[in-house]
Amino acid sequence: MLTLKQSRRLNTLVVGLFAWAVALLLFFPIFWMLLTSLKTEIDAFATPPQFIFTPTLENYLHIQDRSGYLKYAWNSVTISFGATALGMLIAIPAAYSMAFYETKRTKGTLLWMLSTKMLPPVGVLVPIYLLAKQFGLLDSRAVLIIIYTLINLPILVWMIYTYFKDIPRDILEAARMDGATLLQEMLRVLLPISKGGLASTMLLSLILCWNEAFWSLNLTSSNAAPLTALIASYSSPEGLFWAKLSAVSTLACAPILIFGWISQKQLVRGLSFGAVK
Amino acid sequence: MADLKIHNLKKGFDGNEIIKGIDLDIRDREFVVFVGPSGCGKSTLLRLIAGLEEVSSGRIELDGRDITDVSPAKRDLAMVFQTYALYPHMTVRKNMSFALDLAGADKQEVARKIEAAARTLELEPLLERKPRQLSGGQRQRVAIGRAIVRNPKVFLFDEPLSNLDAALRVQMRLELSRLHQELQATMIYVTHDQVEAMTLADKVVVLNGGRIEQVGSPMELYHHPANLFVAGFLGTPKMGFLKGRASRVEASGCEVELDAGCRLFLPVSGATLKAGDPVTLGIRPEHLNRGSEGNCQLTVKADVSERLGSDTYCHVVTGNGEQLTMRIRGDFTPRYGESLSLTLEAAHCHLFDSSGQAVGQPLQQVA
Repeated sequence: MLTLKQSRRLNTLVVGLFAWAVALLLFFPIFWMLLTSLKTEIDAFATPPQFIFTPTLENYLHIQDRSGYLKYAWNSVTISFGATALGMLIAIPAAYSMAFYETKRTKGTLLWMLSTKMLPPVGVLVPIYLLAKQFGLLDSRAVLIIIYTLINLPILVWMIYTYFKDIPRDILEAARMDGATLLQEMLRVLLPISKGGLASTMLLSLILCWNEAFWSLNLTSSNAAPLTALIASYSSPEGLFWAKLSAVSTLACAPILIFGWISQKQLVRGLSFGAVK
Repeated sequence: MADLKIHNLKKGFDGNEIIKGIDLDIRDREFVVFVGPSGCGKSTLLRLIAGLEEVSSGRIELDGRDITDVSPAKRDLAMVFQTYALYPHMTVRKNMSFALDLAGADKQEVARKIEAAARTLELEPLLERKPRQLSGGQRQRVAIGRAIVRNPKVFLFDEPLSNLDAALRVQMRLELSRLHQELQATMIYVTHDQVEAMTLADKVVVLNGGRIEQVGSPMELYHHPANLFVAGFLGTPKMGFLKGRASRVEASGCEVELDAGCRLFLPVSGATLKAGDPVTLGIRPEHLNRGSEGNCQLTVKADVSERLGSDTYCHVVTGNGEQLTMRIRGDFTPRYGESLSLTLEAAHCHLFDSSGQAVGQPLQQVA
């Protein structure tokens, strides 16, 4: 028989091993992508796959030379941040009114908003394409900012709504008694209190915008194409170049991964700071 | 000066009337307590005064100015919330200065006011801390400090002590009393705790079902409850009630025949009863005596007893199943099920008619 202490230790060990196994499994594709991006095209095709090879940066150089990585990256940045900023600007007041001035229809409205996410995007491709064409917005960053804002809005409103719901109404009423106008109440009390929640909402929105491919592929070609479109351009027209595809994918993931990693520390601090009670 | 007048105030939510016509005068420097069971509308009434809820009909006046439709910020009132409602991202100092900063007050003036309030409330060493670093009692003091620095015409307290533990509640109750003496301010205080109401108030407003049951000083309410509700609500342990009939009515009083099995002449004046009317007799625990000396003697069975040291509260059941509580000396504890004799002090009995209204006025003097 194991003593209680021993069985606890064994438990920890099993759970630990399991966690490591899952983590490695999840990380492996990214690791393999990074590895492939450093191979020559010939090494990348080798069977069995090679773990030991002479690394090269030629794929990365090729991408900047041939397609101008930075232009695509800049498009991704402006579109993601633009859509996130615009989305927050709409979602915060919407969530505020739903969280603090709830009516009988609030729950229904929230569900209805979410239900729009259930529609397959391709179902509205033609009308949106035609609208974009009509307004002369094809291949513009503006059209992607508008579309991304709209498709992410339900998620932003839902998330912010749940964060706001956790804030005692009393605090806002206290601010009102103290003489705060609606704008002061939001800027000086509500937003600082919920900044942890707002930050994670923004991060999620950035990630969703950054990784969106369907609309960027269909509505842009060269001027406004973000990184997702750049990846796609490496997959078909010139045949499959595994090493270059891996390199461009790595370059596309890297900024948002690094950004997420840096802000993670801020986020954790922000979230624990948000504890009100 | 701060005279608050409320005229026929009504408030409904979705067709449900919560406040059903309240008239009330609150004088300058008065400590007024709204008390009642949960759902009686006391918090809603306070929020209407604060301006946090919109009035359905009626009028609120502060020093002759109609403030019914004035925004909360411009009413010159400060409120202390049950949950303290401190701004969690601001230091104690910032919490206290927030209102003054918004009003664009002079920085030195603000600092001076905060120092003064912090001294009164013994918050000086805590000024640079955040609310989460404070204990419940300290947070409560900050919430009060936030109200004090604004120097409002009226302080509103919404169950400010109910989140504190019992010992701290007693201490804060004393501090609030002291604060009222020091500030000489008008205060309106909402609580469901009748001990807080009795100990703090100059004037108690007993609310029930959106209406005022009775207004008066704590002692007035204790000794002359206007109806069964007030009689049963104020006082711990509760007043005991015995059912019976008026058997003889005279100018000098009324003889009551109790179902529990005795006859008692009560010296109540102005009785509007007729012989044969059903009545309820109310008697407080301290006015029941053990023994057989007296004109109304009941034989009861002892139920459980609660020993507090100085006193013992003995719950007893009459022959016909009515329950009474008796206050007796702390060194005496009846056995469970023991048969006891007790008498009622006729001068301290309260009489209520079949609609629950007090009949006449008892003759004894208010302490």
